[in-house]
Amino acid sequence: MSPDELKEYKGLWVFIEQRNGNPVRVSLELLGKGRTLADQLDVDVTAILVGEGVSGIPEELIYYGADRVIIADDPIARDYRTEVYADIIVEQVLREKPEILLIGATCIGRDLAPRISARLETGCTADCTELHIDKEMRLIVAAKPFFGRNLMADFICPFRRPQMATVRPGVMELKAQDRKRKGKLICVDLNLKEEDIRVTVLETVRSAPDGTSLEEADKVVVGGMGLGDVKGFEMLKELADLLRAKVGATSLPVDAGWISKDYQVGQTGKAIRPRLYIGCGVSGAIQHSAGMIHSELIVAININPKADIFNFADYGIIGDVNEIVPALIKELHEMNPKI
Amino acid sequence: MDMVVCIKQVPETTDIGWDPQTGSLIREGVPGILNPNDKNALEAALDLREKHGGLITALSMGPPQAEEALREALSMGIDRGILLSDSLFAGADTLSTSYTLGLALEKIARFDLILCGKESSDGMTAQVGPQLAELLNLPQLTCAIEITVNRSAVKIKQKLEDGFRILETCLPALITVEREINRPRIPAMDSIIEAYRDKKVQVWAGADIGCHTEHLGLKGSPTRSRKVYRKKVKRGEVTILEGEPDEAAKELIQILKQKGLL
Ligand SMILES: Cc1cc2nc3c(=O)[nH]c(=O)nc-3n(C[C@H](O)[C@H](O)[C@H](O)COP(=O)(O)OP(=O)(O)OC[C@H]3O[C@@H](n4cnc5c(N)ncnc54)[C@H](O)[C@@H]3O)c2cc1C
Ligand SMILES: Nc1ncnc2c1ncn2[C@@H]1O[C@H](COP(=O)(O)O)[C@@H](O)[C@H]1O
Repeated sequence: MSPDELKEYKGLWVFIEQRNGNPVRVSLELLGKGRTLADQLDVDVTAILVGEGVSGIPEELIYYGADRVIIADDPIARDYRTEVYADIIVEQVLREKPEILLIGATCIGRDLAPRISARLETGCTADCTELHIDKEMRLIVAAKPFFGRNLMADFICPFRRPQMATVRPGVMELKAQDRKRKGKLICVDLNLKEEDIRVTVLETVRSAPDGTSLEEADKVVVGGMGLGDVKGFEMLKELADLLRAKVGATSLPVDAGWISKDYQVGQTGKAIRPRLYIGCGVSGAIQHSAGMIHSELIVAININPKADIFNFADYGIIGDVNEIVPALIKELHEMNPKI
Repeated sequence: MDMVVCIKQVPETTDIGWDPQTGSLIREGVPGILNPNDKNALEAALDLREKHGGLITALSMGPPQAEEALREALSMGIDRGILLSDSLFAGADTLSTSYTLGLALEKIARFDLILCGKESSDGMTAQVGPQLAELLNLPQLTCAIEITVNRSAVKIKQKLEDGFRILETCLPALITVEREINRPRIPAMDSIIEAYRDKKVQVWAGADIGCHTEHLGLKGSPTRSRKVYRKKVKRGEVTILEGEPDEAAKELIQILKQKGLL
């Protein structure tokens, strides 16, 4: 695009993913972050909401930071389908020309964003963990851990618009609602025909959220390779139960098959922000810290005093997990003999 | 049912250099392996061929050494390999990669199904599949943990973070597969030897697929890595709890108690 064409694009958009009429958390996290970024560019934040029967949501989106909400409410959009959602969003983008489009890196977001970016022939940086504005160049800088040890990379999309990024759930803070905020609602009509849509959803099964997922846990005890084997995780589970914490893991024990991928914390696992994080035999690689650095209190137990995790832990114990963890278990038992 | 499986060679280690000028990984000279997730895509194709017949082509874009990944695919039992290799392709982001793969697929022309891994272990963007589907104007079914084909219809079980969906579409289509869809076969020694000896891998350059150079490689990539840097994550000073294991443990429990965390 020429510099003049680039200038036509203004404003920051956030795609709002909803499930059964409830916006998913990462979309709200992005509205808060988007608000901060848009203020630096002195532009509006627009939430784009697609679905059926989603009319209850828009107010909330405004409280979380949107200035405008574009609503595409239609039976054809009841279930998420790539083509339907891509068609709707691309049409609105071409009409209004936002300079930035942010999408949560959920399963659906990661299905949708690349499809849109290919149609618009623009760049999309996947799975970012940090976003900021380069004011001088008027660009969004999307950063994420890079392949390799403790490397980060900043990505930009200088010559195409909109600049797109998908952002990992949990890495941006969920800002508080501001119920005094006012905004504009824009309903758009869809002229999509069911017979043109090539994919059918035959069934959707979602396990009910039990409210105790790793992401929402108050306390998390994470095991790394330092635990040595599957048995190490059994010991860790005992500690976690006594602390009323959840167990998490780095990627290597997951790859080794000691624990399932559902427990992985980090860039390619879950991002967590518990009040207490205890890392046991965790080195603190950047791909891991990307998913836990916002924990309130970080405790590290590691045999190597030079381990990276000690750079960002609040408290550390230098020692063997096979000695320290049993000592913690013993101490907790003594403190509360009932458990 | 003819299938094309897109496979990528990825660096074996995570300790790898990068070019500060372009921000790209330096792949030359680094031992490469077949992206583990792409083995699942190959296995899924082999499984479908058993049921429905057809020809399986593995397609890869990469430096000349990526031929090894195609040989590995051949040893698993696929029918032929095509390597897209040209210095013009270097530095491609996902969009430019998809563009190049897309042109090769147009040249291959005969296929009912394209299979990709969900993500590569180095890029990990999970973008190439959907972008390729868009460029070829095909329906996409992502994150498959089951695939069934019935005449011209294909159904998948799609994994979501909190459940699954059953999706259906018509062929031709593009599917990306999850790691858990299957356990890729381990090729026998003689098929490995055969894959290196007999079966040919075709190499196509930019000119063979008739591409516009402005869409290729770094030039055709809308995203740029502006900066790659070592980051020491820091958050204030750490307080080390000293002493014997039980002393340190006691102290930590005290701290957690004081902070209302017990
Ligand atoms: C694209 C990409 C994505 C990735 N995504 C993730 C991700 O989402 N999450 C993730 O966690 N990682 C991820 N990684 C991997 C990451 O780079 C690290 O390799 C990984 O986090 C290291 O795990 P670890 O700390 O358990 O193991 P190691 O790095 O092997 O560290 C083990 C630690 O245990 C200590 N130790 C050993 N024995 C003992 C003992 N007896 N007592 C106490 N301490 C002991 C050692 O001193 C060491 O510090 C990713 C990598 C790449 C390339
Ligand atoms: N250079 C490439 N050549 C062939 N296939 C590729 C290439 N890059 C990515 N793919 C395919 O796209 C999938 C997703 O890759 P990525 O977007 O890098 O995570 C991979 O699992 C491959 O199936």
